[in-house]
Amino acid sequence: MDHSSLAGRIFRGIALALVLVFFMFPIVWILLMSFQSNEQILRIPPRLLFEPTLANYEALISGQLKTAAGNLQLTFMRNLMNSFILSSASVILALLLGVPAAYAFARFKFKLGETIAFTLLSFRFAPPLLVLLPLSLYYQQLGLNDTYFGIVWVYQLIALPLILWIVRGYFEDISPDIEHAYRLAGHSWREAFTRIAVPLAGPGIAAAGLLSFIFCWNNFVFALILASADKQPVTVGALAFVTASGIQYGQIAAAIVLSVTPTLLLALYAQRYLVEGLSLGAVKG
Amino acid sequence: MGMLEIRSVDKLYHSRGKPPVHAVRALDMEVKQGEIVALLGSSGCGKTSTLRMIAGFESVSAGSIALAQRPIHDLPPAKRKVAMAFEGYSLYPPLTVRENIGFALKAQQLSRAEIAQRVDSIARLVEIEDILDHHPRALSGGQQQRVSLARALVRDADLYLLDEPMGQLEPQLRAVLRGRIKGLLAERGMTAIFVTHDQTEASALADRIAVMEDGVLQQFGSERELKNRPANLFVASFIGEPPMNLLDMAVAQEEGGFRLSVGSDLAFHISRQTLDVTGQQALVQAERTKVGIRPQRIAIGSGEARLRIVSNQWLGDQSHVAGECAGHLLVAVTSGKIAARPGDIVPCALEARNLHIFGADGVCVRHAEAR
Repeated sequence: MDHSSLAGRIFRGIALALVLVFFMFPIVWILLMSFQSNEQILRIPPRLLFEPTLANYEALISGQLKTAAGNLQLTFMRNLMNSFILSSASVILALLLGVPAAYAFARFKFKLGETIAFTLLSFRFAPPLLVLLPLSLYYQQLGLNDTYFGIVWVYQLIALPLILWIVRGYFEDISPDIEHAYRLAGHSWREAFTRIAVPLAGPGIAAAGLLSFIFCWNNFVFALILASADKQPVTVGALAFVTASGIQYGQIAAAIVLSVTPTLLLALYAQRYLVEGLSLGAVKG
Repeated sequence: MGMLEIRSVDKLYHSRGKPPVHAVRALDMEVKQGEIVALLGSSGCGKTSTLRMIAGFESVSAGSIALAQRPIHDLPPAKRKVAMAFEGYSLYPPLTVRENIGFALKAQQLSRAEIAQRVDSIARLVEIEDILDHHPRALSGGQQQRVSLARALVRDADLYLLDEPMGQLEPQLRAVLRGRIKGLLAERGMTAIFVTHDQTEASALADRIAVMEDGVLQQFGSERELKNRPANLFVASFIGEPPMNLLDMAVAQEEGGFRLSVGSDLAFHISRQTLDVTGQQALVQAERTKVGIRPQRIAIGSGEARLRIVSNQWLGDQSHVAGECAGHLLVAVTSGKIAARPGDIVPCALEARNLHIFGADGVCVRHAEAR
């Protein structure tokens, strides 16, 4: 196909625009909704032109929701904070555990190695609901219900396999002889790992970390079941807008915009690494 | 006592669901201080495994390795005082060429001036002064190989291990570097082992050559020894270009010795005096035996044997003549031009004193007379 012909270029433009509209429309619509009051949103037919209001954001940030039924306390900012705490802690823990494990799987052949690696990956296949019921029972017994630690732990189901498999591919790409050369120059095995292998796999580790951060951030069910309001992240916190006096569409939209922004910025900033990390993880292994 | 002593070393690789691979078998080797040794063999013969066991990247399955009277086979690589140039170069990507070469010296805590001086001098030797500030990614394979070589040679070590050190270089540069590296090693009395599959390189650089095949050390000696006194059929056919001609001959005892023959065309009398006890025993017991003759020892133009020419090539300084004689294809090398075309029949001389005779187990029981 000749991509440079005029017809081809026009066709490509139209196709790209269609795809863009399809995927971007909901985001744009949510953004518009977040600047409207509930009445404006529920108008039929909907209008593109309206008088923007910051009331939704004010309500979220101040934590006071005025409804027909009276004032409601909102914990949205707390939820946002929780999201940060839970996602960051999960990723840090997963990196601490997953990077050395990935190195071991990449470098050493040991009994049951492949089986263990695959079992870890298989956590990604299973629907979360499958483990949730037994887990919530265990958590109640262990006293981990409604603790940051408990949620961070269960988030390892999301973050750890991702980091393990992506970073493993990167480690496998580094010639072991580079580390050998370093060790011959008078360094220990541990130094070769921290000073040679980890920096060389840096882009992969960053990509894996970012991806697992995003996946943790977007998780809904684990925190819904295992945590109460003061430990819940934004994804669950948004449920609070379904109130007795109706659904607060405007606030929901504003909450979505606020909660999507950090991960969106992160993803845009590290786009190149993410694509690289994903494709490498997919091809390798 | 040698600088490096390898005693009964075995290397077995185990992999799940497969029988273990015996990469190195009962290896015994002693390398003297200041000696340059080549490990020569086809790929998969165990030469790289041997090198990696000495460096410490592979454990020894059995046996011991001692370097400068210290047993090293259980030490981590960092404590072995060994420098190595890797076949895959393995330069540190974030560092420049200069930093790569000076890296180990920095770890030795030498002064900055000393490091710079040593890096510059080794860079001059392998002709990489102009790329010292480049990063490895920007270099060609040949340049990376020279950096890797420099990184190994710049160090102070008891032993230098070089894995295919010049495989990626152009022939001309290779010849120049060989000479210089040999000079450097000799001048500093450095002990070195290098792996190669190139006979020319082995002969040019090494004092002694260890020929390996199938994980077994076949013979360890100077190039001259390997050529004139090959230990067995493998070494005889592996060393030398073109390879030794091998003939399958019938053995019969006769007055004063043995008669070796191929049909009625070719027959030799081997006098008992030229054979030692094992040689005589081998021939008494055998009905047939393998006999080898170097292409350089077959004279064309005179003699009683007849050679039907199959091909005749003039290489500019020597002729390679291939022909059929008594049902065997023989190759002869002569220094002069031979005026013969394929199909011609020319006389040639095969003399009994030029024959290597091999026993039933492939071990050479009589060598050709030295020239």
